[in-house]
Amino acid sequence: MIEQSVLEEVLGVAMRTGGEFAEVFAEDRRNASAVLDDGRVEELTSGRDRGAGIRVVVGDTTGFAHTADLTEAGLIAAAAAAAAAARGGGGGTNVVALDRRSASRGYDIETYPGDVPKARKVELLGRANDAARAVGGAISQVSVSYGDNRRHILVANSDGLFVEDDTVRTFFAVSCVATGDAGMQTGRESVGHTIGFELFDMYDVDQLARNAADRALTKLAARPAPSGQMPVVIGSGGGGVLFHEACGHGLEADLVAKGASVFRGRVGQQVASKGVTVVDDGTMEREWGNIAVDDEGNPAQRNVLIEDGVLTDYMWDHLRARKEGRRSSGNGRRQSYQNLPMVRMTNTYLLAGEEDPESIIASTPKGVYVKHLGGGQVNTATGDFVFGMTEAYLIEDGKITEPLREGNLIGNGPEVLQRIDALGNDFAMGPPGTCGKDGQGVPVGDGVPTLRVSSLTIGGTAA
Amino acid sequence: MSEDLLAIADRVVAMSKPGEQIEAVVVRGTETEIRVFGGDVESLSSAQSQGVGIRIVVDGRQGFAYAGSLDESAIAETLADARDNVSFATFDEFAGLAEPDGVAIPVLDLHSDALVSFATADKIAMAIELERVVMAADPRISGIESAEYADSISEAAIASSTGIRTVGSETSCFLATYAMATEGDETQTGFGFSVGREPSDLTPSAAAIEAAERATRMLGAVQPASGRLTVVLDPWVTAQFLGILGYTLDGESVLKGRSLFADRLGESVGSSLLTLIDDPTDVRSFTATDADGEGLAARRNVLIENGVLQKFVHNAYSARRAGTVSTGNAVRGIKSTPSVGCLSVSLVPGISDPAALIAGIDDGVLVQEVSGLHSGVNPVSGDFSTGAEGLRIRNGELAEPVREFTIASTLQKMLRDVQAVGNDLQFLPMNATGVSLVVADLTVSGS
Repeated sequence: MIEQSVLEEVLGVAMRTGGEFAEVFAEDRRNASAVLDDGRVEELTSGRDRGAGIRVVVGDTTGFAHTADLTEAGLIAAAAAAAAAARGGGGGTNVVALDRRSASRGYDIETYPGDVPKARKVELLGRANDAARAVGGAISQVSVSYGDNRRHILVANSDGLFVEDDTVRTFFAVSCVATGDAGMQTGRESVGHTIGFELFDMYDVDQLARNAADRALTKLAARPAPSGQMPVVIGSGGGGVLFHEACGHGLEADLVAKGASVFRGRVGQQVASKGVTVVDDGTMEREWGNIAVDDEGNPAQRNVLIEDGVLTDYMWDHLRARKEGRRSSGNGRRQSYQNLPMVRMTNTYLLAGEEDPESIIASTPKGVYVKHLGGGQVNTATGDFVFGMTEAYLIEDGKITEPLREGNLIGNGPEVLQRIDALGNDFAMGPPGTCGKDGQGVPVGDGVPTLRVSSLTIGGTAA
Repeated sequence: MSEDLLAIADRVVAMSKPGEQIEAVVVRGTETEIRVFGGDVESLSSAQSQGVGIRIVVDGRQGFAYAGSLDESAIAETLADARDNVSFATFDEFAGLAEPDGVAIPVLDLHSDALVSFATADKIAMAIELERVVMAADPRISGIESAEYADSISEAAIASSTGIRTVGSETSCFLATYAMATEGDETQTGFGFSVGREPSDLTPSAAAIEAAERATRMLGAVQPASGRLTVVLDPWVTAQFLGILGYTLDGESVLKGRSLFADRLGESVGSSLLTLIDDPTDVRSFTATDADGEGLAARRNVLIENGVLQKFVHNAYSARRAGTVSTGNAVRGIKSTPSVGCLSVSLVPGISDPAALIAGIDDGVLVQEVSGLHSGVNPVSGDFSTGAEGLRIRNGELAEPVREFTIASTLQKMLRDVQAVGNDLQFLPMNATGVSLVVADLTVSGS
């Protein structure tokens, strides 16, 4: 994307005013998407974003500038702006010599979506629409979306690091509205992986569409969710967002350093029930949060955050790790070249236990079974978090009975981690997610086995 | 200053072929974001970005493409992509660009040269002052999660082969901070902000004191007992609900069977105290604009009047399909075709101040923060349930702080259960304006 000699020149300019660290992050990203709604393929969209972000660190201050101009002159102007923003006081010359490394993700993309005719992508939309509507007359509206993107990044910094990577992601989702006597309900199914068009060898779009339609239909008969505290069983693959919110964000070193995490100062302590092991793993092949290198050029890692209930480590980016004199854990990510990197999760999951999932439900006299969670949100300073249930059922006398309408559940991270009292042997990854932090969205994955929390507050309206 | 953008848009439109409608949206933004921590700059980002979005309609089929660049080669590639995409769309007799509708673009003062010339050092000083006042506000303030100054200058030009031709520049700036208060091993948070069109509109001390007060008053919070209570939503919370309500009133949702108000025009859908307007021509609003995303004049629309549903909002496409005219509510960035949405939604304020509203409640909760709206509110079914924190109200006075509970109802029921609208309009960094709102009979789920 950019010549090595140009990068060395630009980094030299960035460091000339006394910078202690400088970095060029360049990105060339192509997006393609197609939407079918209300029976019509509304449009195909193609887009391209290309540019570079340059940061310069002086003491605790980071200066940042970005540009869509990847010529040498454009990059040097951005480097000078970033250096000025960091208010460096020093002088002299800085020579940066880059050592080129290769990024590896251990598998190959089989079919680049850019090589697939647009007509084939559009054909998938129509098939899914037909399949969803065929489920029944109560399906009153269907929206289907397809998306792929190819993101080529380059990172070069004043420590001599120079690495490039090329990432391909493909996504497909179906949303249905079902209309019944008591109004409308919605159902959704989405799949996404860090792979090419071979996504559709893994999944049958007709089946995905039927799943979405079935979810909407099921909820037509749903009763209001209960209000108050009770045991909650979370289904395999459906509820990784619980850990993303309950502890994931609180283990990001930038928040910990500011005292904005309830997990501050708790490394080495028992923070969760015995048997609970939580991992963040950017190397997980083909998963939505997979990365070969992070957006600071560090290789992705498998990081154990909680092991058998004991907090083992936080997640780190370059800046926080540098301050603590340790290595980055490969968690420095950013939405695009227009953003500064921060500590971010990749694929976050809870390892399986040994129990039979059926017996977990059977041993719950009264509670809620959440098959699919929606999004969530956490206040890391207090630990309070919420997450939505998009498909849930009542458990009565150890059996799954009536479907429930949507609602949020609320809990406190450190308390909920201590209340996990059953772990199934049926681990699965869940649907693709987008994690938002400080206005930046990045793709993340999550996964869980069937598990039970002995008590959570369910925010329904029924007594 | 934005005339060069219009020139680019004109050049794209001039490339249209016979039988082809073409529209170009060209934008440029200059943004500064300064975060401070510990009395020093933590990060300073300053950047200019630009881009173009090109939409083409041929014989009832629409194609679109965008690029984050204004290079001649990027524009040519984008135009070719948009043309290529046309052939894959389904024929739609209503597809087409907006056409001039005779409504004059309002003359609004949305651009401040004072912001353009405001020195970086002064921006930094303002952010540092914000943090300093937060830290000094109360001995229980233990730190800040963030303190920032941000501003933007947004220029946009739209031109089309159907005769649309607009250009404008808008400036905005804000200060925002999250404060942390600690007592023992308990920490609580609160935020404060100040928004404006130019730096003189901003008041760091007010934002700082609000954040500190919101954090400290939550210390000692407990989980409340479950029950059905009267709830006072503070302006920040009300604004978030209005944003969702806006979705249910967009003409596209109505046409596509996704609006719970689809068949209710002219009917009472809420308390007679409710009058909901969408008015992007109110320059006090953060998202005020003179033109919508298709270059039609922005205008004031009354959506609900004294509880009766009056109007859905439309862009050119949804209006044509619904057999009506655009209300000037096309919403878009350069990366997508126009959708339909409210631009600046607000309730008409009532007469009581927040203290008077609280004084009238024997047993209730003041909700100062909600969480999980994106997962807990379904605008199609109307079901909602969100995490909440705030203060109990007992015998007309604020009492103990409460947290880790949810409030739940349906949007339909909530509109009917509105008991009072406050007089405290608050302009926020979003497309909805806040005001205190009293809602009866919400389900509180706690212990």
